[in-house]
Amino acid sequence: MSDAVDAIDRMGLDPGAEILIEARGVSKRFASYHRRATSLKERLVRREESEGDVFWALRDVDLVVRRGETVALTGPNGSGKSTMLKVLAGILRPNEGSVDVRGRVASLLELGAGFDGELTGRENIYLNSALLGVPREETDALFDMIVDFSELGEFIEYPVKHYSSGMYVRLGFAVAVHVDPDILIVDEVLAVGDAAFQRKCLNRIEEFQRQGKTILFVSHAAGQVESLCTRAVLLERGQVLFDGPPRQTIKRLNGILGVDNIAMVAGEMARISDFAIVDTGTDEGVEEFTAGSSARVTCTLTIHQPLPEDARFSLHINAPGQSDAVAHVSPNWHVVSADRLPVGEHAISWQVDEWPDMPGDFSLALGVFLGPTLIAAARLDGLRLSSGQVRHVPGTLVLDGTTQG
Amino acid sequence: MGLTRTRGTQTRLRTALIRQLVRKDLKVKYQGSTLGFLWSLANPLLILVVYTFVFAVVFKSPVPYFGIFLMSGMLLWNFFTMGVSGATTSILANAGLVKKVPFAHESLPLAAIGFAGAQVALQYIVLVGALFVVGLPPLRPELLLIIPALVVVIAATVGLGMFAAASTVRLRDTQHFVEVALFAWMWMTPIIYPATFVHERLGDGALFWAYYLNPMAGPIVCFQRALYGVVHYPDTEATRASGQAGQLLLPSADVSFYLQALGLSAITATVFLIAGLWLFRRRSADFAEEL
Ligand SMILES: Nc1ncnc2c1ncn2[C@@H]1O[C@H](COP(=O)(O)OP(=O)(O)O)[C@@H](O)[C@H]1O
Ligand SMILES: [Mg+2]
Repeated sequence: MSDAVDAIDRMGLDPGAEILIEARGVSKRFASYHRRATSLKERLVRREESEGDVFWALRDVDLVVRRGETVALTGPNGSGKSTMLKVLAGILRPNEGSVDVRGRVASLLELGAGFDGELTGRENIYLNSALLGVPREETDALFDMIVDFSELGEFIEYPVKHYSSGMYVRLGFAVAVHVDPDILIVDEVLAVGDAAFQRKCLNRIEEFQRQGKTILFVSHAAGQVESLCTRAVLLERGQVLFDGPPRQTIKRLNGILGVDNIAMVAGEMARISDFAIVDTGTDEGVEEFTAGSSARVTCTLTIHQPLPEDARFSLHINAPGQSDAVAHVSPNWHVVSADRLPVGEHAISWQVDEWPDMPGDFSLALGVFLGPTLIAAARLDGLRLSSGQVRHVPGTLVLDGTTQG
Repeated sequence: MGLTRTRGTQTRLRTALIRQLVRKDLKVKYQGSTLGFLWSLANPLLILVVYTFVFAVVFKSPVPYFGIFLMSGMLLWNFFTMGVSGATTSILANAGLVKKVPFAHESLPLAAIGFAGAQVALQYIVLVGALFVVGLPPLRPELLLIIPALVVVIAATVGLGMFAAASTVRLRDTQHFVEVALFAWMWMTPIIYPATFVHERLGDGALFWAYYLNPMAGPIVCFQRALYGVVHYPDTEATRASGQAGQLLLPSADVSFYLQALGLSAITATVFLIAGLWLFRRRSADFAEEL
């Protein structure tokens, strides 16, 4: 490496530093899922997709990242952050605009990306680094460090399908940071790990910064963004709303999200407040759940006027960018007679017995209806579901020749 | 670390990735099952015994060592079909990778073909063992024919495999079409019958040579010449009865014939290769979205 490049590295935030990521006028369009023709017959029947069925996930986005910068990408769910990272990583091709990325990129875009469930952690380290373009000898040399960092210990010899989501992240992150990339691209996956591991990852990111590497990551954590980043970009509905100092970006983000991620409709007749999801055991607010676990959804319903008829309650899970609910908390409609809801405040508590197995980011919406009319509603963003899937393999333990009951 | 990598380094890394993917497939397939591995070797032996019994004993085929004749070409065909079908579904089968990790997508069909190659290579080793056991050691200069024949087969497999892989992402029907086409194709290739059967019917004009435009026909007769090597029907009761004694069993005793046949097959294989690479390159940037 030349002295000149070293000098730039040491200077850190040189505004004239070499541009490593340059995206100009990037637009990305998706055809809605149900409109995609995948059989020959469908193709022949319907030749062109009509314009009405496309959705712009990114619109005319410019992003320039220079060597040594750490840039956070923030924005509400469905604003196009992950799509932008995929375009930059070269997984998706933009429909318009140009993308130029110079240098070796290590990306960590989704949980368990690049892992094969049937292989052990050890074998997956080799597979993953081969995918990242690292020669086998280099992986041999890094192997012990990667295992150390991941803290997986002897689990490294087990098939990763038995890993928890936290273990997946640890392994994925450990590989990504050890392969000596010029650019590190990380989506929201970090939030899955436990606090101690997150701390370790952040330390590692700081070390990367000192080495003058370029980092682009998605985060909503105001503290993280402000302490770590040199710049933060706010996306909304696929457009860059703001690109500047982290503190200002976070302020605008909070402006869009409303207080604490909660959007509320306050009507004349009734109003919902203190909408929260709490752990059934501890009563503490939680945002992340594994499939099959339970929780309680609580809120305060304030009735301003006597209700003329019975109220119907609906609680459902929405995916970003989709208008229809992806899941209803059964029963679909919960009817509460009017005389149980006199004027005043009522504590509502809704038990969710089992979160569905559909990993992703969702929002939870609660609606109160009188007949067809919505009189009060609230939405809670940032509900994160993960697949808690642990497979059971039949087996028998034998001790001193005797089967254990 | 340099920002741009030389072409040589890139090719080396890509080869390393393909090796890693083949290793992954082998591991997943034979994980902890020595039996599974042995079975993949025993499989051709079993077919050899069954076909020898059916054709030599039941149908009294005049082709001596029928099982060996069959295997010489059939294993190569197995490589072709396993390679093409594996490549066809390789992108779909690795949707998780394609959607979440940036990498050179060519590695997937190439790894599927490498996986087929690794298995068939072992089966050929078993076959060569069998050749020595029955007293037909393939130690003859014509053995070298397998080298150009392999080049043609690999080109055809890669070309067709990449083409089908790229089309299957968009049109899922392709994989079923490929299965059917391969089955029909096998009967048009001189694997179960000697190529001389076809020659008798096509005469020795243009039609005769057109037959070898089948990119598998040339390589397969080369393999039969190289490994099986029984050029003429022996003088036995059965062959005398059918008037075949001393007649050609394989198309020719002359190496130049095989090279010509191979040349014709190479033309089609090259067309396949160019079309496959072209379509794959064109389509691969959109795979992640279409899965
Ligand atoms: N493959 C896809 N096909 C169709 N729509 C998609 C696809 N990927 C993402 N989207 C849509 O694009 C929008 C932006 O998604 P995404 O980039 O994941 O948002 P974010 O990461 O900011 O939450 C969402 O509305 C999402 O539903
Ligand atoms: Mg996202």
